[in-house]
Amino acid sequence: MIRWLAGLIGFGLAATSAFAAEPALIGVGYLGVAGTRSTLSLVEQPAENDGVAGARLAIEDNNTTGKFLGQRFTLEERRIKEGEDPVQAAMALADKNGFIIADLPADALLKVSDALRDRGTLLFNAGAIDERLREADCRANVIHTAPTRAMLADALGQYLVWKKWSRWLLVVGSHDEDKLFADALRRTAARFGAKIVQEKTFEDKGGARRTDSGVTLIQRQMPVFTQGAPAYDVLVAADESEVFGAYLPYRTWDPRPVAGSAGLVPRSWDAAQDQWGAIQMQNRFMKLNARRMTALDMQAWTAARIIGEATSRTSSGDVKKVTDFIKGPDFSVAAFKGTRLTLRDWNWQLRQPILLVDGRMVVSVSPQEGFLHQVSELDTLGYDRPESKCKLK
Amino acid sequence: MLRMWRVGLLSGLALAAAPAHAFIAYVSNEKSNTVSVIDTDSWTVTKTIKVGQRPRGIDFTRDGKFVMVAVGDDDTIQMIDAKTQAVVDSLPSGPDPELFAQDAAGKILYVANENDNTVTVIDLEKRARLGDIQVGVEPEGMTISPDGKTLINTSETTNMAHFIDTSSRQIVANVLVDARPRFAEFKHDSSEVWVSSEIGGTVSIVDPKKHEVIGKVTFEIPGLRKEAIQPVGIGMTKDDKTAFVALGPANRIAVVDVASRKVTKYLLVGQRVWHMAFTPDEKYLLTTNGVSNDVSVIDVAAQKVIKTIQVGELPWGIAIAP
Repeated sequence: MIRWLAGLIGFGLAATSAFAAEPALIGVGYLGVAGTRSTLSLVEQPAENDGVAGARLAIEDNNTTGKFLGQRFTLEERRIKEGEDPVQAAMALADKNGFIIADLPADALLKVSDALRDRGTLLFNAGAIDERLREADCRANVIHTAPTRAMLADALGQYLVWKKWSRWLLVVGSHDEDKLFADALRRTAARFGAKIVQEKTFEDKGGARRTDSGVTLIQRQMPVFTQGAPAYDVLVAADESEVFGAYLPYRTWDPRPVAGSAGLVPRSWDAAQDQWGAIQMQNRFMKLNARRMTALDMQAWTAARIIGEATSRTSSGDVKKVTDFIKGPDFSVAAFKGTRLTLRDWNWQLRQPILLVDGRMVVSVSPQEGFLHQVSELDTLGYDRPESKCKLK
Repeated sequence: MLRMWRVGLLSGLALAAAPAHAFIAYVSNEKSNTVSVIDTDSWTVTKTIKVGQRPRGIDFTRDGKFVMVAVGDDDTIQMIDAKTQAVVDSLPSGPDPELFAQDAAGKILYVANENDNTVTVIDLEKRARLGDIQVGVEPEGMTISPDGKTLINTSETTNMAHFIDTSSRQIVANVLVDARPRFAEFKHDSSEVWVSSEIGGTVSIVDPKKHEVIGKVTFEIPGLRKEAIQPVGIGMTKDDKTAFVALGPANRIAVVDVASRKVTKYLLVGQRVWHMAFTPDEKYLLTTNGVSNDVSVIDVAAQKVIKTIQVGELPWGIAIAP
């Protein structure tokens, strides 16, 4: 504490444009949904604090930097229960916080962004991967740190094509988000010259994800389900709903690798990522939260770090000033992915490399070598400027 | 063929002019957990020393008797006896040491501990820990002013160069630089500190008295995207006229005219070039190339790469015997 003060006083003396003795308070809100979704694999079951734990770490990081600049960050968390109005919760958060990190479904996020538009609050979408939030339904007051389905599908597709696994057997779940991911995968196949040799739908007929002797049944079902497919190189599964994807590896009729929602999975982050200085971050996260860091944690961390980066560059906590800087041409943020991350100025989507992971290791990182672009190779992932339907308002 | 001829000629000339002075370079191999010993006369690896886990920062003690190597995953700094070329001791560095700097007398060592946002101060003679200094997130680059009064530490996620008074061990100023500052180097006349920013892609030039960024070196390589240019290691000639900057995955060393702060030449070296060291006579500059697992030798006067030496996996740091 004494050392901290001494550092502070020292700084005041050295830099004549000293700040007031009271640090500037910068409030960050976190708005999420209560409860967690159920996954097929017990080890992938998200923690209660999935997402917000990443934001909390970034707030700590920002405060370490902030003590040298006279800035103090706070984090206020709100979870909405089923049936609760997200707008009301967001408005309450916006009273004290100029920035809100949201992990909300697309519809709720849109309602919140429209309600907050006139207040000047800057919203970060850390959770929703829906294309439409960056396309037809894009909003000027939302920065997206979550990647999109098209970015994830392209990241995977580039690797599969590089590997020359270009004949895909596509298996799609029966829920809406599964179909959206399948759409993204079809677009990827068309863009990069892969061929979908057959499509199959896996109907969700209900049933429990946890059973006492499920494994015997699955071992009989999955080979039969994948029997009789035309010749293919890789099975690509679109199962965001966690109904069947994780049951496929090692159980397909033909001995083929699985990718997509199981097997080789595209993600913004993984607990196994240790390159580009990431090990420090993984260690810090583990120390603070006593668990490993997920993609959602990283997306929330990045959102809170974007705020910290902009407040330190502008030496200001003023929301308007900070927002202008984030949306300005000089903005970039470092996020342990080997390259600076910037924003697409036509829809405020964060450009980012996507990791391809198998649950234990980072197998590869896309964009793959040879996928070229005149502006940024990161724009080979997802919808590019000329294709975009977004008109920011 | 031409290159071989040139190398032959160069070494021949050196022999003719004066008895060749062989130096010994020590290279830390981050992935192999080894240190490669290179003889600068024959340009061959003469020994590979097994060290602790994840060796990175490496330097000689001032008396030249020991090589200190930070082995981050073992949370210590190991001492290699330069005579026997074996690990003989270790220092209480604090968790995950990466880079370090020592004072002019070689009595005090300052270590950047990436994992807990501190710089650890070590008494080298007693090999005892004297204290810690709280700095920003992920401290990395470390250098001491030629007069020994100021220690500079860079923190990678805080994006600052912290100026620390070595007598009071307090931070006296914090200078914001571009993203992920990795390395700091003083001009020998103390008038400037150069700080490389890996993700920002620049070198910030800081006035160490006013604590302000007074200029920036930028890099542009035709045909290479901006993101691939990631400055890390910096080496400056003793006359302060020429700086060499390692550009990481751009696989090049930029030659910078210090006065105009402009790049005059890019030298193609191995892949993902990180750090560098001059031979004491400043004839050669050796660079560590992480991805191609080799060391490039640059003829400083000719500004040409004359040789490549295979070392261990992911060569990181390099130190040359005084």
